[in-house]
Amino acid sequence: MRKSLERYFRTDKLPHIWCPGCGNGIITGALVRAIDNLKLDQDKICVVSGIGCSSRATGYLNFNTLHTTHGRALAFATGIKMARPDLKVIVLTGDGDCAAIGGNHFIHACRRNIDITTIIFNNSIYGMTSGQYSPLTPVGAYATTAPYGNIDRNFDLCKLAEAAGATYVARGTVYHVPQLIKLIEKALLHKGFSVVETISTCPTYFGRKNKLGSAVKMMEMLRDNAVSVKAAEKMSKEELSGKIVIGEFTNVEAPEYTEEYMKIIKRAQGEE
Amino acid sequence: MEERTEIRLSGSGGQGLILAGIVLAEAAILDGKNAVQSQSYGPEARGGASRAEVVISDGDIDYPKVTRPKVLLALTEQAFNRFKDSVADDGIIILDSSIEKDDTPREIIQLPIIETAKNEIGKGMVANMVALGVIVELTKVVTKQAAEKAISNRVPKGTEDLNLKAFHAGCNLAEKRV
Amino acid sequence: MSSSPRLMQGNEACVEGAIAAGMRFYAGYPITPSTEIAEIASEKLPKVGGKFVQMEDEIGSMGAVIGASLAGLKAMTATSGPGFSLKQENIGFACLAEVPCVIVNVQRGGPSTGQPTLPAQGDVMQARWGTHGDHPIIVLSPSYVGEVFDLTVRAFNLSEKYRVPCILLMDEVVGHLREKVQLPDPATLEIINRKKPDLSKISHYNPYEDYDGDGIPPMANFGEGIPFHVTGLIHDTTGFPSTKPEVTEALIGRLMRKIYNNIDDIIDFEKYFTDDAETVIVSFGSPARSAIRAVKILRNEGVKVGLLRLKTIWPFPRKAFRELPSTVRNIIVAEMNYGQLIEPVEAACAGKFNIFGLNKFNCELISPDEVIAKVREVNKNA
Repeated sequence: MRKSLERYFRTDKLPHIWCPGCGNGIITGALVRAIDNLKLDQDKICVVSGIGCSSRATGYLNFNTLHTTHGRALAFATGIKMARPDLKVIVLTGDGDCAAIGGNHFIHACRRNIDITTIIFNNSIYGMTSGQYSPLTPVGAYATTAPYGNIDRNFDLCKLAEAAGATYVARGTVYHVPQLIKLIEKALLHKGFSVVETISTCPTYFGRKNKLGSAVKMMEMLRDNAVSVKAAEKMSKEELSGKIVIGEFTNVEAPEYTEEYMKIIKRAQGEE
Repeated sequence: MEERTEIRLSGSGGQGLILAGIVLAEAAILDGKNAVQSQSYGPEARGGASRAEVVISDGDIDYPKVTRPKVLLALTEQAFNRFKDSVADDGIIILDSSIEKDDTPREIIQLPIIETAKNEIGKGMVANMVALGVIVELTKVVTKQAAEKAISNRVPKGTEDLNLKAFHAGCNLAEKRV
Repeated sequence: MSSSPRLMQGNEACVEGAIAAGMRFYAGYPITPSTEIAEIASEKLPKVGGKFVQMEDEIGSMGAVIGASLAGLKAMTATSGPGFSLKQENIGFACLAEVPCVIVNVQRGGPSTGQPTLPAQGDVMQARWGTHGDHPIIVLSPSYVGEVFDLTVRAFNLSEKYRVPCILLMDEVVGHLREKVQLPDPATLEIINRKKPDLSKISHYNPYEDYDGDGIPPMANFGEGIPFHVTGLIHDTTGFPSTKPEVTEALIGRLMRKIYNNIDDIIDFEKYFTDDAETVIVSFGSPARSAIRAVKILRNEGVKVGLLRLKTIWPFPRKAFRELPSTVRNIIVAEMNYGQLIEPVEAACAGKFNIFGLNKFNCELISPDEVIAKVREVNKNA
């Protein structure tokens, strides 16, 4: 890690609890680099997380940080953002935290288009509780609660976010780090609800359960299976099977929630 | 022990009985008395049984509910049958003319409340204010001035005149009968 | 100057009290019989520059309330039985992370969907022990519309003072009742705000350090120049998780002590005619009104009966029972449930009195006649 980035970490809280080969550190690093590149005011950043491996990131980051209850990070973040619209509010959440127990908060935060950046650490499994299937575990994959293979159809979280009204939606991977940093930068600059789904690696549980080999092997799979949004447009459904489409899906403007609420205040006070 | 007057306004949801109850309680407060208003309602916003209850007293109102009303207003047959036996021995029942009278030892005053609202005022929905006029005229439980002020305070903006007209029509109905 | 007397609904008085106490954020979800609180908050909050949001569910509203409070706004939510159950996990978060907030529960009949439009007092125990784990909480219960205002102000004050969630346990009767109230002059109200860290004295702010020795750490708000961490995990004074037994014990112990060391400041009750009473009725919320009526009627007949009306339910005001005169032989606990408050009453009395329950669980308010009948029955048999 570059020395100049150390100020964004609570270095006394390191080393982190993540396993060797886990992608979570890469995503956290990408976030910090994006913040550094944009020269955002450190004290005006509030990072909120839920429960799970990914959500431990808030403990290591040197901002206003809030480690909430399982699935509820976006609800807490909504309160913070409404109370202090001047704060840059970032939510770090996992695939189970965001798409299962927190699914309702996720779609409604998208719908409100509140100015919060949500970064999903998608490792396709519940890591903290040691390997159960999540709503983003692919059909046919194995997990401790899917010993005969997963029959639950998984979400496409980016499509879900887009359909629910998020105004910036992108997907990256922990292999394509320079791109991931760019996507997070754009998400942070975007006015409205922004989502960056990041495909991560969990060699300890998802990898072992599905015999995917080492962490390096899993990284190589991300490299080999990633397809850009542009390239994907020209591919058939069959060709896209098993691929990870990465890049920017949505980047549109829409009224932002806290700004709209300021208009409500003016209206209520008879100024409009 | 302080004197308390209990009033029960009963009918169906959408008849504006709760608003009538609120106006009555507010009028009592404007008269310098103590008053509480409570209500009972089902899941229906329209139709279904509905009732509003008002207690007026010169002293403290501890128990806020109505048990032996001195005045029962019944705008539906169902309400009349359900509550007629709860009326205090010296109480009265104000019944809409559309309802068939039944045997009860209490005094029944039957008046065309709903019809007056529909035909004289031209809006069935102000039957609540016609009923209020009847109650105020018959019982003097609040002053007319206080009732008028409470109506102006509580009805939707722009409908004050209509509601006051209905209230006065109710007063007239009762006056003619007396 | 206090306002002129006006007819006001209990739920409206709650919002008036909250805004007077400094509430500037409300998150809620519609549920009978508390919905008017959300409706009125949505209208009144923006007028004072406050914020209202109707969240996607009860859980989310509790989360948003905690978030807003951490960002510096006094925050409240209101609900009823089923919604109160849903909020419990996050209420526990607020207990552990010591986030001031007010939760209103306008009780209806239960369990489950129960009787949504009718009153009950079945959440006495849920209010105390609804969330999991050892935790302190403050629960207040008003009997009158005017008192809804007063106790809402007090709920905010206690919550801010002790950094603890405070529950205003209302019931449908007092929530929906419209009653003559005279609101106090806002200038005369005592308003307590959370204690902030004095950065001139603290070189490095530890968000959970008991700097003043009163068990209540000063609270910074997010975005005020001191980045800090808040977690629902057991944490040390720096706010970071620890699995050490001594850290765990120190935190849970302090959370309890900050409440129980200040119990005389927190508990609140009223005594009516208890000085020479042989029988004392114990009640709270709307049934206490029926009990007062019954006491007045019985006293007119010369029956030596009194009333203990509890305004603080939790922590349980044991002191009220210690103070009862030696003339007291019987206690009647009148509540709209199958018997919940009677349990801490029995514990507080420790066999000193004969204790009887007057329990009504048909979702109708206990009437003065029923209280009178119970007193007569108890006096005859005891």
